Amino acid sequence: MIEVHGLTVRFGGVVPIDRMTVTLAGGTCGLIGPNGAGKTTFFNVLSGFVKPIAGSVHAFGEDLLAVTDFRRARWGVRRTFQTEQAIANLTVYDNVLLVHENTGGGRATRRQDVMDAVTFVGLEPEANHLVGTLGVASRRLVEVARAVVGKPRLVLLDEPAAGLPADETEHLAQLIRRIPQETEAPVILVDHDMSLVSACCATTAVLDFGRLIASGATAQVLRDEHVISAYLGAEEEL
Amino acid sequence: MTAVGTLEGGETDSTGEVRTRRSGRGPVRLVVLAGLVAFVVFGLPTLLDRYWLQIVTSAVIYSIVTLGLGLLIGRAGMVSLCQFLLLAIGAWVALRLEYATSLPFPVLIVVAGVVTGLIGALIGLPALRLSGLYLALITLMAAGAITVVLRIAQFPNGGGGFFGNSAAGGASSRLPRPAIAAGDTAYFRYCVVVAGLMFVLAVWQVRGKSGRAWAALRQSQATAVAAGVNTMLYRLWAFALASFMAGVAGGLLAADSGGVNINQFPVQNSILLLAVVLMGGVYSLWGAVVAALLLRLLPALLDNWGVSTELLTILFGIGILQVLLTAPGGLADQVPKDLANLGRRLRNLVSPKAKRAAPPT
Repeated sequence: MIEVHGLTVRFGGVVPIDRMTVTLAGGTCGLIGPNGAGKTTFFNVLSGFVKPIAGSVHAFGEDLLAVTDFRRARWGVRRTFQTEQAIANLTVYDNVLLVHENTGGGRATRRQDVMDAVTFVGLEPEANHLVGTLGVASRRLVEVARAVVGKPRLVLLDEPAAGLPADETEHLAQLIRRIPQETEAPVILVDHDMSLVSACCATTAVLDFGRLIASGATAQVLRDEHVISAYLGAEEEL
Repeated sequence: MTAVGTLEGGETDSTGEVRTRRSGRGPVRLVVLAGLVAFVVFGLPTLLDRYWLQIVTSAVIYSIVTLGLGLLIGRAGMVSLCQFLLLAIGAWVALRLEYATSLPFPVLIVVAGVVTGLIGALIGLPALRLSGLYLALITLMAAGAITVVLRIAQFPNGGGGFFGNSAAGGASSRLPRPAIAAGDTAYFRYCVVVAGLMFVLAVWQVRGKSGRAWAALRQSQATAVAAGVNTMLYRLWAFALASFMAGVAGGLLAADSGGVNINQFPVQNSILLLAVVLMGGVYSLWGAVVAALLLRLLPALLDNWGVSTELLTILFGIGILQVLLTAPGGLADQVPKDLANLGRRLRNLVSPKAKRAAPPT
């Protein structure tokens, strides 16, 4: 349960997030909106990269904003990046291991936990390949494995399907749907691919110019007039 | 959990694969490496006269400095232009300790390394905020500051006690060698062993938690933070480790023939050091060896051939240009590739049939 109240971020004259108030329940929640709506900024606030000027974020009753940036991962915030950031010079195994060993994962279960995460995304045949030698789809999966290893408490997926062909997106959708059961952590999914969002998310929130304009059951939200006009253009059919 | 059982089996197989990927044909490499080290330790000193042995000894000592700087640049992605002066600090601390205490030589150089490491971490503090050119500039300023301090203290000075100062000081000063390595040949071997230990330390760090954290840092700050890496700690650790190595090398240098004097450590040599480290290659530990040879052996060779060592500046300039433009991995990465290409071409010349089978380059 993530409660965001009155969250405001300002970069000079730009206000990418403006008094955002939303409560995200468990399971997979979609976060959509046009480019520049503030979705990635919201993730950056949750990861600690951006400090809001006002508002609060409470996750499971704890004040997330009070946690230092690199300790957020240890607390349980995991994320993937819009431009994929799996570490090219490390193997798939080491990429996942890096997260595990820096987030307080126990030594005794380290090998097992890391392999579980690698297996979860289906990369165990490539476990010892350098990430730099993998294709874009596999590198995205490495990021997902990094996000689920150990004990995540909040998983943020920032356009995980960007640049992926349809069949790879389908595979990814199946994985994303399994994350909440596998890790017991809520997932927030940002993507422009509405079919992916509909397939994965029971609930969806919509941002436009930093404001929350709709939230609720995904099917309902996607039919909302405001959402259609803001996000998809007034004339388009869904 | 049947899946786990099969995985573990698979993992062992593929761990072997990693080793193959990292160091070519693992066991073969190891044997070649052992052979090489054995030759350097036992064979090389018998082939060289006193002059060349001194040159090679200093190359071995400097390879520890280039190793540290290579780690800092190649693994952690930070530049330091004060490593040469940290070498002087290491030599200084070792000498002062020798005046003040009766610590055995190995302890002396380790303490010199640790003190230098702490100073290096202090200089590295700006690295928490700055990177690239600005960081380089600040470390260069630090190098200048160290020179001032050394001159005021009349480095290396022969006064008694740790802070002792003799009015007559300022001349060259030499650390007594350990009893087991009093002669030049023995001291050369001693240095090779210490350098070997430093390389083992480097490999251990690069392959471990630090190496993974540095890899994340080098890719991007955000990646590292998102993975839970304490970026401050690992940046400082990289600086401290590189400086520790420079300090240990300084201790060894202080006991090298001729000892040390202030004129040995001009500030601009740190830039030269950066140049050779880049040319040697920062992504491979062999690069450190190549860099040290470029730094110490090449000038001596040119001198021996009657070529002005001033030419080196031009040579290094061209070398840097070539590395930056065409071979970011440096000589340690490029030469094996070039040799492999050459070998393939030669084979093609000998038997044109193989040409079709050869993979495209």
